[in-house]
Amino acid sequence: MTYIVKPQFHHPSLNKNALGFTRRDYEGRVSTLCAGCGHDSISAAIVQACFEIDLEPHRLAKLSGIGCSSKTPDYFLSASHGFNTVHGRMPSVLTGANLANRELIYLGVSGDGDSASIGLGQFAHVMRRGVNMTYIVENNGVYGLTKGQFSATADKGSKSKKGVVNSDSGIDMVALALQLGATFVGRSFSGDKDQLVPLIKAALTHKGAAFIDVLSPCIAFNNHAGSTKSFDWVREHNEAVNRLDVMLGRAPVTADYAPGELVEVAQHDGSILLLRKVAADYDATDRVKAMAYLQERNAVGEIVTGLLYVDPEADDLHDALNTVPTPLNRLSDAQLTPGSAALAKVNARLR
Amino acid sequence: MSRPLAAINDFVVKFANVNGSGSASANGLFVKSILRMGVPVAARNIFPSNIQGLPTWYEIRVSGQGWMGRRGGVDLMVAMNPQTWDRDLAEIEAGGYLFYDSTKPMPPEKFRADITVVGVPLTRICNAAYAEPSKRKVLKNIIYLGALTFLLGIERDVVEALLAEEYASKPALIPANIEALSLGFNYASENLRTLGLQLKRADAVGDRIFVDGNTAASLGAVYGGATVCAWYPITPSTSLAEGFIDYCKTLRHDPETGEARYAIVQAEDEIASIGIVVGAGWNGARAFTCTSGPGISLMQEFIGLSYFAEIPAVIFDVQRGGPSTGMPTRTQQSDILSAAYASHGDTKHVLLLPEGPGECFEMGAQAFDLADRLQTMIFVMLDLDMGMNEWLTEPFTWDDSKQLDRGKVMTAEMLDAGADFGRYKDVDGDGIPFRTLPATHPSKGAYFTRGTSRDPYARYSEEGAVYVDNMERLLRKFDTARSLVPAPITRAAKKQTSYGVIYYGSTSPAMDEALAALEAKGLHLDAMRVRAFPFPGEVFDFIARHELVFVVEQNRDAQLRTLLINEGGVDPARLVKVLNYDGSPITARFIGGELARGMGATDMANTGEMAR
Repeated sequence: MTYIVKPQFHHPSLNKNALGFTRRDYEGRVSTLCAGCGHDSISAAIVQACFEIDLEPHRLAKLSGIGCSSKTPDYFLSASHGFNTVHGRMPSVLTGANLANRELIYLGVSGDGDSASIGLGQFAHVMRRGVNMTYIVENNGVYGLTKGQFSATADKGSKSKKGVVNSDSGIDMVALALQLGATFVGRSFSGDKDQLVPLIKAALTHKGAAFIDVLSPCIAFNNHAGSTKSFDWVREHNEAVNRLDVMLGRAPVTADYAPGELVEVAQHDGSILLLRKVAADYDATDRVKAMAYLQERNAVGEIVTGLLYVDPEADDLHDALNTVPTPLNRLSDAQLTPGSAALAKVNARLR
Repeated sequence: MSRPLAAINDFVVKFANVNGSGSASANGLFVKSILRMGVPVAARNIFPSNIQGLPTWYEIRVSGQGWMGRRGGVDLMVAMNPQTWDRDLAEIEAGGYLFYDSTKPMPPEKFRADITVVGVPLTRICNAAYAEPSKRKVLKNIIYLGALTFLLGIERDVVEALLAEEYASKPALIPANIEALSLGFNYASENLRTLGLQLKRADAVGDRIFVDGNTAASLGAVYGGATVCAWYPITPSTSLAEGFIDYCKTLRHDPETGEARYAIVQAEDEIASIGIVVGAGWNGARAFTCTSGPGISLMQEFIGLSYFAEIPAVIFDVQRGGPSTGMPTRTQQSDILSAAYASHGDTKHVLLLPEGPGECFEMGAQAFDLADRLQTMIFVMLDLDMGMNEWLTEPFTWDDSKQLDRGKVMTAEMLDAGADFGRYKDVDGDGIPFRTLPATHPSKGAYFTRGTSRDPYARYSEEGAVYVDNMERLLRKFDTARSLVPAPITRAAKKQTSYGVIYYGSTSPAMDEALAALEAKGLHLDAMRVRAFPFPGEVFDFIARHELVFVVEQNRDAQLRTLLINEGGVDPARLVKVLNYDGSPITARFIGGELARGMGATDMANTGEMAR
C-alpha cells in the first residue's frame, strides 16, 4: 500500500504532549505488512511510547536489518533519520552511529531471523559492549518475507504451517541478553499494549544496552495450532512477573499499594520505573536470580514477560572509551588535526 | 675463486635468524647505526606466520646513492639459522661473504669455494661469558653485532650510543650489552680482517625519518580527522590500528579533561568492523577500518551498501599474499581487482595507491576528505612491504591552513532557507547529492537510508527508469572522482622512446633503481606511476603515446593491467605484463632484466629470482 499517502490532518482535540506534539507527529508511512500483523502493533506502541516520554522525533535515530520487522522503521517516526542496513548487521551500524553522536537516542528494530540467526554474533557483541540503545526484536519464530521457514527462535517441537515439526532447540534471546551483560531486559507481547508501551518507554530512557523481546505472531505463516508463537498460544502461556509504569522526573508516588508490592527504580536520566509485582518474589534488579527464574518457568512452558532485569546505574560504551561529551561528528578541525608543530615532534621521534 | 666483492656504502646484507631468538633488536641496531653514519639504508623483514622457531630473514640494502628498493642478490649473509643454511649459502653472490657461528666444526662441503667465509665462535664466546640461558640467548645477537661492527667498519661509538638509547628505560642492561658488543668486536679485530664491504661516514640521510607505512597511515588518519576506528586483528594490517591507538593517545585527548576525541573498537570480526565504520560515516563521523585481503572478502556486502546508499567510509587494505590464507606474512599487490569492483551488482570504488610511508601519511589523511566529498568507500591500498617495513622517508609535512573538506552536508540553515532537499538529487551536475546528518532539523531533511532502489528524494522505488537514473548518476559521480584523486606522476626518458612503463605502490623504489640502470645501458623508457583509480585521462594518453607499455605489478594476474584494459578499452597487446608475485618484494634487478628483455636487449639478465 505504498501508493497510499497517509493524510496529515488530524482531529483538533487530539492530545498534545509537553513539546506540543500529537501522537500523529510520531507516525510514519502506511505499513506494507499484512493486515493484523503483530509488528504493526509494536510500531504503534513505539509511537505511543515516544509520544508519552516527550521525545523530540528528530533526536532519535532508528535502525534495522532486513526482514518484515526491519521494514517497520519506515512506519513510525517519519521525522527521524532511519537506516535499513544489512541483514543481521544492524547492531554494528548502530554502534558506529552511536559512537559518532552520543547525544541521540538509538532504536534498533530487528526480527528473530535477523537477530537470532545471521545476526546472532552482532546481537551478542552489541549487548556485551553496552551500546546505549534500545534493541527490539519482533519475534515470530518464522521467516515471513520468504514465506514460512522456521527461524532460530522457533521452539523445539513447534509445528510449521506446512506441518513440519521443528527438531532444533529454540534460541531464547532474553536468556542470552542476560548472560551477555545487557543492563535492561524485558519481554512482552505485541497483543499487550499496556505492558509493551511502558517497557519501550523505560528502555528508551535507560542508559546502556536495553533489550526487549516482543512476541509478535505472524498471522500469515505462524498463527496455527501447533505453533508456540501463535496469538492463542502466547496468550495462554504469558506469565507477567510485574507491571511497569514510567514516571518522567521526580513525581511523587501516590498510588496505594501494600508494602513490598511496589518497587521504585531511579534511572540515570531521572526517570523512575515503578514496578508493581505480580510474581511476589521476583526481583528485577538481580541478574542471577532472574536467569534462574526464567529457566525454571521456561521448563514448565511459561512465557515470562515484564521488566525482567534492570541495572539503573549502568555505564555505556562511551563511558568505557572515556569519549568527550561533544559528539565526535561535531568536533572542529582544530580539535581533530594536531597541526604541523606536533608533526615536527613526531618526525623527530622517527629519526 | 671469484675476486672478493669490494664496495663502499653499497651492498646487501641478509640476516638469517630463527624467530623468537631476539635477533630483531640486534638487527635493528645494525640498521640504525648505519643510518646514524649518514648512509641510507632500506631494511626488509621476511618473516613466517609464527611466533617462535621458524626461519626469519632481515635483508638490508646499504645504498650511498639512496636506492631504497630491493636490489636482488646478497653480498654478505649472516647465517644464524642451521635450518636454512643450504639455501642461505646458495643465495650469496659470487665473491660475496658468509658470516657464521664457527663454534661447531662444519664439513668443507657445507661451504662454497667462490665466497669468503668468516667464522666467529659466537656460542663459545657467549657461553664462556654468560651462564644464564636467557642472557646467552639475547646477548649472542649483540656479540655478532660487535663482530660485524669491526668487519664492516661501523663506528663503534655510534653503536654504543644507540645501545644506551635503546635501554634508556632499563639502564641496568646497558653495561651488559656494551660488554657483549666488545666481546664480538674484540674477537673479530684480533682474529679477522675487515671485509671488502665497508661503511664510510657520509651525509646522505639528511633529515629523513625511518618509518613503516602502517604507522604513517595511522598518523594520516589522525591528521585526516578520523574519529572512529573499528578493526579486527589481521596481519599485516594490525599495526595500523595499533598506530592509531598510540597516536590518538598522544595527540587526541582533550588537554583539560583528558577525555578522548576518538573512539576505537576492536570488533568481533571484519563484518562488524565495516558495519561500525558505515554507521559512523552515516552519522557524520570520519571512520575507517584496516584489514587485508580476507577482510575485504568479508566486507563485500557493506562495501556495496556504502556505494549504493552513498555513505563515506575508508578502508586501509594492507595487501598480503592470497588467495585464502595464502602467504599471510608475505607481500603482494593482489587485492586491486577485488577492491576496485568490490561487492555484488555494478559497483566501482576509488582506490588510492601510495608508494611508501610518505604517501601513506598523505593519502591516509586525504582519503577522509575524498570519502566525505564523494560520499562513498575509499580504499587506501598498502601492502606488507611498505606497511610493515621501516622505510627511509622524507619527513611528514602538514599545511596548517588546510581545512578538512566535509563535502556536501545540508545544514538546518540551508533547510530553513528553503533548500529543496533530495538525498539522491544531482543538484550540481557532478553526480554528488547533498546529505543531511541525523538530528539536523526538527521537521526538515529527515530521510530513510536503504540499500534498496529509491528515487532522488530517497523514496523507495523499483521502477526501472528510476533505478537506471540513479545508477547513471553514480557513474557521473565516479567521473567526478577522476578529477579529485591524486594524479599519476610521469617521468620522461632522457631520449625519445616508444616504450613506456606503468607501475604503482611499493614497486616504486625498485623501479627508480631499475630505470637508472636501464638508462645507463642506453635503454630508455617513459615511466608513469599510477596513484589512484579511477584513472585520470592522462593515463590513457600515456598509453596511447607509446607503442609498448610494460605494466609492472606484484600479483599473478596482472590486475592493474586488467583494470586499464577494462576501463580504457586499451588493446591488450600493447600492455606487457611484468609480474613478481612470489611474496618477496620486487627487485630492481628483476624489473631491469624483464624490461631489457622486453626491449630486445640481452645483456641485462634478470637474476631469475621470481620463479615462474
